Amino acid sequence: MLNFIIRRVAVAIPTLIILLVASFWLMQTAPGGPFTSERPLPAQVLANIEAKYGLDQPVYKQLWDYVVGIVTQFDFGPSYKYKDRSVNDIIAQGFPVTLTYGIISFLVAIIIGGALGISAAIRQNSWLDYFAVGVTIGAQVLPNFVMAPILILVFTLWLGWLPGGGWNGGQWQHIIMPVIALSTSYMASIARLTRSSMLEVLRSNFIRTARAKGLPDNVIIWRHALKPSLLPVISYLGPAFVGMVTGSFIIDAIFGTGGIGYFYVNSAFNRDYAVMMGLTILLGSMTILFNMVVDILYAWIDPKIRL
Amino acid sequence: MNDRLAQPFQQPKTREIAERMAEDVKGRSLWADARRRFVANRAAMVSVVVLTLIVLFSLFGQAISEYDIETIDWDVLGNVATAGKPSISNGHYFGFDENGRDLYNRVVQGSRISLAVGVIGALVAVIVGTIYGATAGFIGGRVDSIMMRLVDIFMSIPYMFVLILLLVVAGRSITMIFVGIGLTAWLDMSRIVRGQTLSIKNREFVEAAIAIGVPTWRIIIRHIVPNLLGVVVVYATLLVPQMILTESFISFLGLGVQEPFTSWGALLSEGTKTMNYGTLWHLAFPLFFFVVTIFCFFFIGDGLRDALDPKDR
Repeated sequence: MLNFIIRRVAVAIPTLIILLVASFWLMQTAPGGPFTSERPLPAQVLANIEAKYGLDQPVYKQLWDYVVGIVTQFDFGPSYKYKDRSVNDIIAQGFPVTLTYGIISFLVAIIIGGALGISAAIRQNSWLDYFAVGVTIGAQVLPNFVMAPILILVFTLWLGWLPGGGWNGGQWQHIIMPVIALSTSYMASIARLTRSSMLEVLRSNFIRTARAKGLPDNVIIWRHALKPSLLPVISYLGPAFVGMVTGSFIIDAIFGTGGIGYFYVNSAFNRDYAVMMGLTILLGSMTILFNMVVDILYAWIDPKIRL
Repeated sequence: MNDRLAQPFQQPKTREIAERMAEDVKGRSLWADARRRFVANRAAMVSVVVLTLIVLFSLFGQAISEYDIETIDWDVLGNVATAGKPSISNGHYFGFDENGRDLYNRVVQGSRISLAVGVIGALVAVIVGTIYGATAGFIGGRVDSIMMRLVDIFMSIPYMFVLILLLVVAGRSITMIFVGIGLTAWLDMSRIVRGQTLSIKNREFVEAAIAIGVPTWRIIIRHIVPNLLGVVVVYATLLVPQMILTESFISFLGLGVQEPFTSWGALLSEGTKTMNYGTLWHLAFPLFFFVVTIFCFFFIGDGLRDALDPKDR
């Protein structure tokens, strides 16, 4: 186990370093300095501003200061475009929103997807099974940027049941559509995963033994088959987290919910490189660490994959 | 057939029997067998036909229209919801877009870019991934573990961020999308190919090639790669819709293909923005082509997997 953890960490650390250096390097090579504008500043003013932000230092020094700032003070640097706003402010403002609809979507995906997959496997080749398989295929071709407009079209424009966007402090009417749009493809993947793992578990020896003992079907399923067939879902937590964050680019763009994705895409349009880099490093390293934790967790639960 | 039934007692000719036997005995190659299975798969065959039509539409669609992608009809502009409806009679088959341009030609051109990104992206992934994976798997040992550790590291970088960062820094263009997508798409492929190579490299025909002194790269190209083809073809087919989805995601955000050119993602984004003005065809036409194409690729990939998977045999 310790061996596995060490090996997993040994992959995560260079990944973090590559992410850090690559984003920093990309920002350095970006055309034009952060304070170039149509009306050039006097050289003395520009030098003063650059000194304030530490841009007159050599590049490796800048990178080092940046890393030290993150590690010691959790400071991801200022925005060069908006003087009154730092990356930390953006995180504080956008992250709770993304986390709210992200976690709800994830729970919905696991509960509905898991239930669908398991019941489909128990009644293999019934109408329920075909329905579940149909849903998973359908959801694959409807990514969130296709789901979201269709939802708005139906529930806001035609039926008028739900507001077409906004966040409004997280009122439930504003959460429903983002959650459906974000969770559908994950629900489908989880349903497919649990269906195939449940089918495999149901054919295994210990289930046959349980049948031979004469246990009733529902005891077999609830007590013996459920736990091992939900195992693969844990390995899906990592990709689902990534999907939640990248999905928020689309959700925030369509529903105007004001999560972290809104700020990311906006800074991409404004060429606010400092914010982009800060968010890339923050979200990227969270993804890497989250994936690592999930992998270790999974190896701890299921010793077979420690090899 | 009826003649035969009318004379039930006539002995079949010896020569005919011999011919039929010869036919039965003739072995079926792996590919002939796969083709037979694939043709029997109705969903996959329908998908091939539909996809062919969509490709033809994207390549030659503009031939039946007298308009182009950027000319603005000033009479329609600002009044698209009523004056810009799709109509066969005036030649604007899909109507006008929000800026008074002919939507039919824009959908044709968008389909072309989206399909090109999908196919070229998958092709790059296939070439790079196959060579990388086959080399790592065949050489083995330390080279293998270094090469695959590298793949592990690249795979755990959240590439959507890096892709967007790259597009913003290097300027938004379709070339940059190709580069960005190509950078990551080959990783999965190389893993799959490596696994397959490991199972092939200890077979007798490879040993024989080593014994007579064929150089390593030649063994990889001539003996390993052809035997990987089945897996690669299946995976490549499933890779195309993924590439299309990625490009659409980026273009939907407005960070991908730039005006006057367009792609499915950009068209969908425009359709979404204008749907509450009563111009639903802006959304409907690109959506139709997008969804149908992705569906087709999935069904074809599924059919190919069923046809080529040796586990089923």
